[in-house]
Amino acid sequence: MHSPRPGFRAVSKFESLFAYEKPLTDGYKLLPFRFTPFDDQNYVLTNQVGEFLVLDRPTVETFVRHHLPADNPAYNDLKSKHFLLDSDSSVGIDLLALKARTKLRRFANFTGLHMFVVSLRCDHSCPYCQVSRQSDDKIAYDMSTETAEKSLELVFRSPSPNIKIEFQGGEPLLNFPLIKFIVERAKSINELQKRNLQFVIATNLANINDEMLEFCRVHNILISTSLDGPADLHNKNRPRPGNDSYQRTIEGINRVRSTLGRNQVNALMTTSKASLGRVKDIIDEYVRQDFNGIFLRTMSPYGFAIKTKWYEAYHSNEWLKFYFDGLDYILELNRAGHVFVEYYAAIILAKMLTPFEPGFVDLRSPAGIGIGAIIYNYDGDVYASDEGRMLAEMGDKTFLLGNVHKNTYEEIILSDALLAPIEESFAASVPMCTDCAFEPFCGANPVFHHATTGDFVGHKPTSEFCEKSMGIFRHLIELMRSDVEVRRIFTKWANQAC
Amino acid sequence: MLTLSGHALELKNFPSDSRGTVVRICAQKDRPFPLREREAFLVTNGEVPEGFGAYITVGKDARRSAPTGSKAIFLSDEFSYLADGDVVRIWPKNNQVRVLYRRNSHHNHFLMTERCNHYCLMCSQPPKDIDDSWIINEILQTIPLIDPSTREIGFTGGEPTLLGEDLFRILRTAKSYLPNTAIHILSNGRLFKDIEFAKRYAAIGHPDMMIGIPIYSDVSTIHDYVVQSDNAFDETIRGILNLKRLNQRVEIRMVIHQQTYKRLPQLAEFIVRNLTFVDHVALMGLEITGFTKANLDILWIDPIEYQSELYRAVSLLADSRIQVSIYNHQLCLLDKCLWPFAKKSISDWKNEYMPECEGCREKENCGGFFSSAKVRYSSHIKAFI
Repeated sequence: MHSPRPGFRAVSKFESLFAYEKPLTDGYKLLPFRFTPFDDQNYVLTNQVGEFLVLDRPTVETFVRHHLPADNPAYNDLKSKHFLLDSDSSVGIDLLALKARTKLRRFANFTGLHMFVVSLRCDHSCPYCQVSRQSDDKIAYDMSTETAEKSLELVFRSPSPNIKIEFQGGEPLLNFPLIKFIVERAKSINELQKRNLQFVIATNLANINDEMLEFCRVHNILISTSLDGPADLHNKNRPRPGNDSYQRTIEGINRVRSTLGRNQVNALMTTSKASLGRVKDIIDEYVRQDFNGIFLRTMSPYGFAIKTKWYEAYHSNEWLKFYFDGLDYILELNRAGHVFVEYYAAIILAKMLTPFEPGFVDLRSPAGIGIGAIIYNYDGDVYASDEGRMLAEMGDKTFLLGNVHKNTYEEIILSDALLAPIEESFAASVPMCTDCAFEPFCGANPVFHHATTGDFVGHKPTSEFCEKSMGIFRHLIELMRSDVEVRRIFTKWANQAC
Repeated sequence: MLTLSGHALELKNFPSDSRGTVVRICAQKDRPFPLREREAFLVTNGEVPEGFGAYITVGKDARRSAPTGSKAIFLSDEFSYLADGDVVRIWPKNNQVRVLYRRNSHHNHFLMTERCNHYCLMCSQPPKDIDDSWIINEILQTIPLIDPSTREIGFTGGEPTLLGEDLFRILRTAKSYLPNTAIHILSNGRLFKDIEFAKRYAAIGHPDMMIGIPIYSDVSTIHDYVVQSDNAFDETIRGILNLKRLNQRVEIRMVIHQQTYKRLPQLAEFIVRNLTFVDHVALMGLEITGFTKANLDILWIDPIEYQSELYRAVSLLADSRIQVSIYNHQLCLLDKCLWPFAKKSISDWKNEYMPECEGCREKENCGGFFSSAKVRYSSHIKAFI
C-alpha cells in the first residue's frame, strides 16, 4: 500500500538559502540572446522569444564573460528570463522551446488574409494613394466572375483554419455585384470546408447604400474605412468631386454602426505632410467619433505617393516626432481614465510583453508576403502583397507570382518570385538584423526594401523602415522603464492585440 | 474557531475493540426506517425516534435522552454546530470524535496523508513519516455519505500524489458518487513530471477538478530553498506543463512572506511568459501555524510592506488576462483597486477577526484572519468606521 517515500530527511532541520545556491559555484551557460546599446550607460538584451532586459554596460560585460556572481541582482533576472542556464535548473530549455513554438505557431497556419481587388476604379483622387487608380467609369478595370471563381479556388487551397477575405480597390463598392458573388460563393464552398471565414470591405464609404448595408449585416461583413483627421485635413488629403469626403465618411461610419454594430467598422489614417503638427487634432477626431483607438500610420513609398512626391515630403525623424507626440497625448488620455489604444504600439507591445505573436504582416520574419497575406488583382494576377501589386502598377512586376487563369496553386506558392524574397530577407540571417537586439520585435520587409533600394534586404544603416522601427522600439521600452502606470497601460494594449 | 476533532464526553455501548466508524448524522425524526440503521440521530429537543444506529447528544444535561441499550455519543458544547447531513468518525478505542464533513460549509477538506516530499519553511501541516494509509479507507467510506449537492470538496495533505493509485481511486469514487461536486486538490505537482502518472490522473475525466500547485519564486534556488528540496522547481514546472498538455485545470498558489515577497512581480511575469495557460493564480498571506511559528523570524513581514510588489504582480496578471485572487489578506491593508481580487478564503472553522476590527463596516466583505494570526498580525489593521 505504501509507495516509496522520497525526500524524507532524518533530522528535522531547515537549510539556508545559501545551501541551495551552492551548486551555482560551477558557473553558468549563456542561452541565445542579442544585445544593442540602449543609451549612454545601458544595453538592451533580448532573447528569441521577445523577453528583454535593460542592464548597464559593466553588468553585461561581466555576464558575457561568465563572471556574474549568483548574488548579483541581475543574475536571477537573467536566469528567470532564460538568458542563462545554471546547474541548479534545466527546465529553462523546455520553457524556451515551448515559447519559441508559441511565437511561431501562426506560420504553420499559412496564408490567412486573401485580398481581392474587385475594381481599380475610384471616386477619390488622393495624392498619397498607393494604387494608381482609374476614373470610375472604366469597366475594364473590374474583376470578372470567372477571375473571382478561379481566385476562390486558390483561397481554399490554403491550409489555414482562418480565412479572411478582404475586398480592396480602387473603391470595391463600385463593383458591389462581384462582392455579393464572392461572398455567397465563398460561403457555399465553405459549407464543406468549414473554415473560420470572415469578410472585410476596405471602402471610403462615399457610395454605401441600404442594399449594401443589409447585405453586410446578413453576412456579418466588417467595414474598414479611411479617416485622416478633422474635416479640413481629411478633405485636403482625400479629394473627391464636391470636396465632401469627410462628411460622407462620417455619415457612412454612423450608418454602418447603427445597422451592423458599434465595432463592425474601423478606420485607418495616413500621415501626410499636412498631418504633421496636427497629431492631437487627428486623435481628437478619433475620440470624437467614438473609436476605441487609432493606428498612426506612416506613408508608404508606392503608387501615387511616389509620382506626386508626397512620400518624400517628410523624413523619418519628422514622422517619429509626430508619432511620439501622438503617443504622449494618447497616454495622457489613458491616465485620465479614457481607455484608448494606439494600435501600432499595441502590436509591438504584444511581441514585447506577451508569449504570443500578433502576426502583423509588416512585422513578421519570415516576411508575411504570400504566406501571411496574398492579393488577387482585378485581372487575375496574383501578388505576394498589396504593396507588390502597387509596385506592379508602377511597372515593377517583381512580386507578381502568377495568374489565376494560367497557374496552379503550387506554381504560385512555390514560385521563385515568392520564395526568393522570403528567404533572402529572413531577418535572423540578414546582415545587421542578425545582431540586432530588436530583431524579435521587428520584421522582414522585402517589398519596402526592394522599392527603396532595389534588393530584398536593403541597407540597414540607411533604411527608413529600420530607423522608424528602432525609434519606436526604444521609445516604448524607455516609456515603460520610467513609469509603472505606463507599463500597466501597455500590458493592457499588448493583450488586446494578440 | 470550531473544534473539528476532540474527545467524546462519553461513548456508550460501542465495542471497545472496534475500529473507527464513519457515520452520517440525521436530524429528521421521520427518517425512513431502512436508512436509520446506518445513521446517527442528533437528539435535539428530547424526541428520540427508534431504530437509528446511534444517537448523538450535545451539551452537559442531554445525556439522559439516549434510548437504553443503543449506541450513544455524548459530546460537549463545542460540537453544538453539528447538523443534519454532517459526517463524523467515532473512534471508540480512545474516545475520539472527528468531524469529517459539514453540509453547511463551503470548506470541506480531506487530509489524505501527512507524508510529504517537501519540508516547506512555512508548512501549516508539518509532515510526518508515518503509515497513515488507514485514511484512504476512511475517505472512501465518507464520500458516499456526502450530500451530492455539495458545491466543492478539497483534498490536501501532506502530499496527496504520494498515495499513487489510491489517490486516483479516491478521485474516481468522488466522481462516481458526487458527479456535480467540484474537486480541488493541493499538491506540489512534482510527480506529474512523469507523463504516464499525469495521464492516469487525466484519465479520471472529472469535469470539474482543479489542482493547486505552489510556485514560490521564478528562480529555482529560492523555490527549492522555501520547500527545502533540491530539484523541486524543475519537477514542479514539468508537472504543470504535463498537466496542461493533458488539458487539466491547474491553479498556481504562492505564499507571500519575507523570503518570497521581493520577486513577486518577477514571478508574475514568469507566469505570464511561461505558464500563461494556467487557470488561476492565488497569492496568499501567511498562516501562522505549524513550521511558520518555528521560522517566524525569517518569514514574518508586515503585509503593509509588500503592497507595492503585490499591486504590481496582481495588475500584471490581471492585465494579461490571467485569473488572479488574493487570499488571506485584510481589506484595510490593500489598495482599493486590489479589493476586487481579495477573496474570503479562510475556512469558516478557523476564520476570526481582531479587536481592531470592532465596528468595521467592511467586516462582511473582508476575509479576516486565521485564528492562528493572534501570534502576529499587521500593526496597520484599522476599522473602516
